[in-house]
Amino acid sequence: MERVPILKIGDILLVSIQVDMSDQTAVALQEDLAERIVATGCHGVIIDITALDIVDSFVGRMLSTIASISRVLDAETVVVGMRPAVAITLVELGLSLNGIRTALNVERGMELIAIDRADDHDDPDDDPVPEPTASP
Amino acid sequence: MALSADESGRLGELLTSRAEVVTQRWTEIIAGQLRGRLSQAELVRQVQELHRALVDALSKGAVDLTAEEATELRAVLAEFSRGQARQGFSATETATGVFALKEALLSVLGTDQDAAMLRDYVSFSALVDQMGLFTFETFVRTRESLIADQAEQLLELSTPVVKLWEGVVAVPLVGTLDSARAQVVMERLLQTLVDTGSPYAIIDITGVPAVDTQVAQHILKTVVAARLMGADCIISGIRPQIAQTIVALGIEFGDIATKASLADALRHVLRLTGVETSRRQSRREA
Repeated sequence: MERVPILKIGDILLVSIQVDMSDQTAVALQEDLAERIVATGCHGVIIDITALDIVDSFVGRMLSTIASISRVLDAETVVVGMRPAVAITLVELGLSLNGIRTALNVERGMELIAIDRADDHDDPDDDPVPEPTASP
Repeated sequence: MALSADESGRLGELLTSRAEVVTQRWTEIIAGQLRGRLSQAELVRQVQELHRALVDALSKGAVDLTAEEATELRAVLAEFSRGQARQGFSATETATGVFALKEALLSVLGTDQDAAMLRDYVSFSALVDQMGLFTFETFVRTRESLIADQAEQLLELSTPVVKLWEGVVAVPLVGTLDSARAQVVMERLLQTLVDTGSPYAIIDITGVPAVDTQVAQHILKTVVAARLMGADCIISGIRPQIAQTIVALGIEFGDIATKASLADALRHVLRLTGVETSRRQSRREA
């Protein structure tokens, strides 16, 4: 059985899908990814689908599942590199990939995750800024 | 209706012996209705060419326009008809160009009123009718291919994707948006997004004369497809009447940003990307 490699780059796990996804490959990828997120403590997952010619409802559901799993483990998922033809087909089929964030390429995906992390850290609930004391 | 070999021979003979008179009369009739839109020399050349091809075909024993002997005649007729279509002559003018031969023939047939002559003339005119119909068909086919070419050119011309800023592309839509054009626009836009890596696209509909539910559907599909790829779309150039139509039709753009003008849309995108714009002080103040 083919396995999809998972690469760690800084705080991000990069999954580049280069093979046709079968049921087994998809399940294996979900398990591997969950383990790697826990093992590395990464906070971002980028799934690169540049090489995929066909994205059907099966692949769409797999992406949604991976995004949900990652979210439970406190990691943000971004799908990058969707081809125009794939996007048009998905729209025609009426699949909108709810709950999945997308970016044009890996670089933009990394930026997106970086911005999110920065926003999280700036959240006033997490890190309250002390009230400036009025000085005369 | 086919000519008998006999009739075909007689017609060929007549056309050869009275060539001068026939071509002259033929040219006169055509020139009369064209009213100087074609030069005399050009017209004479065309008529002579047709005449020669017809005589050739008849001398080879052609009894029908579909016969093998008439291949060259068909080619000449097609060429004549294509020329007329390209130069913008009407269908009637083109067909009359061939039918004029009947009248020209009548003028050389003489005034003898015997039955054989009449029978000959009727069969000749059947052949001329065939030639006329063939010309007409070629004419229509040429016109259709011209129209198809133009439609394709229009499709190519009218859908540019322009880069407005770093990471911002715009599609100024001009003209009616039907399914075929919407498809081309969508594909172009998405491909440009990938090629340039632009995360923002502005669809400007200033030039779209009317927005109905179908056009809105096309635009929405494009926006959703762009979102799937990770780019955001803004719709701009919505004219007051269009805004009223959109509301009256109950079209929902959801959370898609819509702006009145392209300038507003660009400012919106620049604010999102964090680009600061400021007005420079005029230098001619003092």
